Amino acid sequence: MLTQQEVTEINSELAHYEQKRGGCIEALKTVQRHRGWVSDESLADLADFLEMTTDELDSVATFYNLIFRKPVGRHVILVCDSVSCWAMGFGEVLGHLEERLGIKLGQTTADGRFTLLPNVCLGACDRAPALMIDGDLHGDLDEQKVDKILAGYE
Amino acid sequence: MDRPLTENIRPGEGPPGIAEYERAGGYRALRKVLGDADPQGLIRTVTDSHLRGRGGAGFPTGRKWSFVPRGEQAAHPVYLIINADEMEPGTFKDRLLLEENPHLLIEGIVIGGYALQADIAYIFLRQEYTLAGERCSRAVAEAYDRGYLGRNILGSGFSLELYLHSSAGRYICGEETALLNALEGRRAIPRAKPPFPPVTGLWGKPTIVNNVETICNVPQIAEHGADRFRALSRSVDGGTKLYGVSGRVKKPGLWELPMGASIREILEEHAGGMRDGFTLRAIIPGGASTEFLPADRLDVKMDFDSVKAAGSRLGTGTMIVLDDRTCPVGMILNLMRFFARESCGWCTPCREGLPWLARTLEAIENGEGRPEDMEILRRHAGLLAPGHTFCALAPGAVEPLQSGLTIFEEDFIRHIREKRCPWRK
Ligand SMILES: Cc1cc2nc3c(=O)[nH]c(=O)nc-3n(C[C@H](O)[C@H](O)[C@H](O)COP(=O)(O)O)c2cc1C
Ligand code: SF4
Ligand code: FES
Repeated sequence: MLTQQEVTEINSELAHYEQKRGGCIEALKTVQRHRGWVSDESLADLADFLEMTTDELDSVATFYNLIFRKPVGRHVILVCDSVSCWAMGFGEVLGHLEERLGIKLGQTTADGRFTLLPNVCLGACDRAPALMIDGDLHGDLDEQKVDKILAGYE
Repeated sequence: MDRPLTENIRPGEGPPGIAEYERAGGYRALRKVLGDADPQGLIRTVTDSHLRGRGGAGFPTGRKWSFVPRGEQAAHPVYLIINADEMEPGTFKDRLLLEENPHLLIEGIVIGGYALQADIAYIFLRQEYTLAGERCSRAVAEAYDRGYLGRNILGSGFSLELYLHSSAGRYICGEETALLNALEGRRAIPRAKPPFPPVTGLWGKPTIVNNVETICNVPQIAEHGADRFRALSRSVDGGTKLYGVSGRVKKPGLWELPMGASIREILEEHAGGMRDGFTLRAIIPGGASTEFLPADRLDVKMDFDSVKAAGSRLGTGTMIVLDDRTCPVGMILNLMRFFARESCGWCTPCREGLPWLARTLEAIENGEGRPEDMEILRRHAGLLAPGHTFCALAPGAVEPLQSGLTIFEEDFIRHIREKRCPWRK
């Protein structure tokens, strides 16, 4: 069941589109904002709400790397693996993250604190290497800086 | 020097609010346009200004606008969509405008919207640009409050709604027809062209898609005219350009310079040259999908025609530097993995071909390449040339590969002969 809060938020976005389904990204993201991810049950509820079939909505949801159809940790780390960051030390930063967190790309720590994902260029190439956690951008990374940043996300 | 796009920007202080933007002369162009310009005349001015699209392809903006059907019978609503999906690796220019000068963008949208007699505008923003999203939302609200957006703008009878759409990833969403599908809530695969969006776009209605930087140039053209805009440039393309440099230079960054500044000027004067201990080998002039230019081409001017004549593309105008301590095969492999991952999967040559190219490059980089791989890569890159795939993603993906195979042929061959990457310790 969608909550009243979710319905209100989704409705305010739907008004911006000629057809309801135009708002489906915003709707998926609304659910994700409140619940961390989009479960099969939420997907079915949303599809009903948007007058789409679940398959139609899932074909959109699964297209996007930032719509999570599996549970993720409390904080999602998006590490830029594109060319400028790659040239400026992405490998070392990733190696350090994997070691510190004890997980590989695509995994979540056992305590549910972090999920680690690769991401295309974050548009911060002048501050490479860069990563983003929960929407906060961090650039000019090195190992010490990564440790300090991680400490800020419980 | 004139910097119409960035002169209001005070790094670290946040973007000018609406009052500050107005004090600096903001929204004056809009008042002028709503006061006297006829929409068609405005389009002619933009055509005469030689403004070319800053999203990568360099299509003349006035000409694109003239494709929207006019007259009593014309279909409405007409849509104007601002492409703020900036995801081309190495590109970080629209971020600056979105974060630091949102009112310039909004003023450009309303003026452009008036020229097109548009009804609804969207800013299509990539999700990761969170700060840009907050600042644009605030600026849009301010503009509505002052009557620059909404019904009957400044009493002119012209109305325009502006909505911010925050996306959810995937590079292909920046391709303009994939973007239309994304906005309609469908899988973001490109559409067949024709019909072209200016005639049949969002929900089948006339739609113009323009890049953020393109639209930010519109207010000054409307206010000061085409001649003044052309005079800003050192080339036949009008205006200034946001140029960027990333990689092992002393001062990576972004600068607004006359269109046609040379690579040397950008790299040496503005980016401070290479870091100590690093030598320049080549640059990728305009984002991941443009051909490498070797280090002896620094006098090439960064405008659309000059870079094309030199064998590459201006693209987004943000260059990526390859230094002598970075493996060129590794760099091309990184680019190819990006494109393979971001392929939307709709057409077979791209969906199957890009991973194949990436695996072949990976084998060479890991010392498992064979001499015949060079020919396989060349031939295969040719198979992904324009016309062989459904959209421009795959042809763009092979641009750095094809040029790299020539410029770095020796390096490729060394990997294969020595059965290892010479750059790996
Ligand atoms: C795969 C792909 C991705 C693209 N991404 C962007 C983008 O993020 N931003 C952009 O402005 N143009 C992008 N483009 C170009 C757009 O299709 C379109 O040409 C552009 O938005 C038109 O605006 P302009 O005429 O103002 O340059 C992309 C093209 C392709 C093929
Ligand atoms: S070229 Fe690639 S991205 Fe473009 S339509 Fe084909 S599969 Fe999709
Ligand atoms: S390549 Fe990493 S932010 Fe652009």
